[in-house]
Amino acid sequence: MALSKQAKTHLLFGKAEGRDLTRLAEYEQVGGYESLKKSLKMERAAVLDQLLAANVRGRGGAGFPMGRKASFLPKPDESAKPIYLVANADESEPGTFKDREILARLPHMFIEGLVIASHVIGANAAFVYLRGEYLTEFEIVRDALEEARRAGLVGPNVLGSGWDLSVVIHRGAGAYICGEETALLESLEGKRGQPRSKPPFPAISGVYASPTLINNVETLATVPKILEMGGAKYAKLGVENSAGTRVFSLSGNVVNGGNYEVELGTSLRELVYELGGGIAEGRELKAIIPGGSSVPVLTADEVETPLDFDSMAARGTMLGSGAVIVMDDRCCMVQLGLRVAQFYMHESCGKCTPCREGTRWMVSILRKIEDGEASQGELDLLLNVCDRILGNCLCPLGDAAAMPVASYIAKFREEYQRHIDEGGCPYGGESTLDHVLAPVDQHHALVRAEIEVPA
Amino acid sequence: MASSALYDEIQELIARYPQRRSAVMPALRLAQEKYGWLPPDAFREVAEALDVTPAYCRAVASFYDMFHLDPVGRHMIEVCTNVSCALVGAQQVLEAFESELGIEAGQTTEDGEFTLRTIECAGGCGWGTVVSVDHRYREPVQPEDVGAIVEELRSGPE
Repeated sequence: MALSKQAKTHLLFGKAEGRDLTRLAEYEQVGGYESLKKSLKMERAAVLDQLLAANVRGRGGAGFPMGRKASFLPKPDESAKPIYLVANADESEPGTFKDREILARLPHMFIEGLVIASHVIGANAAFVYLRGEYLTEFEIVRDALEEARRAGLVGPNVLGSGWDLSVVIHRGAGAYICGEETALLESLEGKRGQPRSKPPFPAISGVYASPTLINNVETLATVPKILEMGGAKYAKLGVENSAGTRVFSLSGNVVNGGNYEVELGTSLRELVYELGGGIAEGRELKAIIPGGSSVPVLTADEVETPLDFDSMAARGTMLGSGAVIVMDDRCCMVQLGLRVAQFYMHESCGKCTPCREGTRWMVSILRKIEDGEASQGELDLLLNVCDRILGNCLCPLGDAAAMPVASYIAKFREEYQRHIDEGGCPYGGESTLDHVLAPVDQHHALVRAEIEVPA
Repeated sequence: MASSALYDEIQELIARYPQRRSAVMPALRLAQEKYGWLPPDAFREVAEALDVTPAYCRAVASFYDMFHLDPVGRHMIEVCTNVSCALVGAQQVLEAFESELGIEAGQTTEDGEFTLRTIECAGGCGWGTVVSVDHRYREPVQPEDVGAIVEELRSGPE
């Protein structure tokens, strides 16, 4: 079947077709860094106006309009403190791998966006908080940054403008919570990555208690295109309240997993069946997680839902980080709930009691349900625990566990009930998620043998 | 100790940041590269170079999964068992490694060559199962690929 026009709009990856855009020379051949040159000749406020006109919403998960976020910062000449830009490259929401491909294939596009955004807010220093596990991507971005430095695109006196920008890559070390912006700032300051209480928001008091703009990798990579097209024209792509394209990470039981850039408003069905080739091994679609493991699930008959913020909200879920996880008819929804809850229990930073204790309770009750040892009352207790987590913590991590699990029960209650009624899993060991070993259940005795300790 | 190579490298890290404490994570990474894990001496060295306490460094390190507070094998094999990988057979891949190496997830082989562990989502979900071998991703890995991966590491260059 022919793809829709929306599914063929590739604002970011289109330029990379048949080219190695990790190299500065090739990136420049397709107009690379022209948007930076253009923006340096414009008033800061005029560049910001373009971002506001584009109505581009954050691509990290929360979907907050990027231009508005930037407009919350004090003006450079009115700020008593230095202003910082931080790129959030700590992608770790389960199911999400789009920023990784952007960093690996479009590092200069990302850097160009980062430099433009830094200039807009008047920052002289920017940090890239890069997920620790992304070693190959670190090397690519580091090398691209070095190329950009040598070409005068980053560093002192950027392109002769008289404006300086230093960029430091700060590598994470394995903690999902550091993708949450205030935890990220703590980690960048050399602390345990525990979220801060808000307000004050980072725009007023971010890293080193200074005004800070934090943007996701994909959001920043979109900035050069916005300036190239003009904000108003960019805003016409997509649908209302969801301008432009997004890179969706497709995974699970599909034929062709991978990243697909499409215009917002493209249907979930087109992504899964036309681009993704449909359900693998000729199985039947059971459920879809549309925005990373933290969002409520959709059932197979909701597959026509358009991929945009408002349509997902109308279905009681979210576009989140753009991670679409597909499950076929072999997936036990209790096991799914257990595995998702285990992840958030593992990643809870422990600061807020409802999240720290609640995720642990969720895992323990879900384990009992799966093993057929739960009483009827414990299913209600599980929902009660979810309810007591929701909205009661400093950051959304607790919600990220409670929301999806509550949705699995709401939409697949009969399956949960069968576990209780039948005293065990109706899949009888045949579910795809049967007995998966989660890190939270892994024995911590890492050492089996006596290993010689260096003197 | 104040003149060690590690001390000097940490001073360079400190210079990158407006506040020296920001260098604690990159400093711990350097120390881990030197020792293979983070023994008490590593914390003492990092602490001295950064002018903080060893306990502070340990508190930071213990928060992050990539810092090892116990010795690990020379090769680190990490299998993602989060939802997307699990849906396409991550548990079977993990079990193939367990069987090939003769250890359980979370353990290190007797000869100190391999540590095997499960990890949470590595960010390669569309190409599962993702296995990180010495911090380089192999994707997708099927159970039948496991023998060759282990063999490659056993016979590989030092």
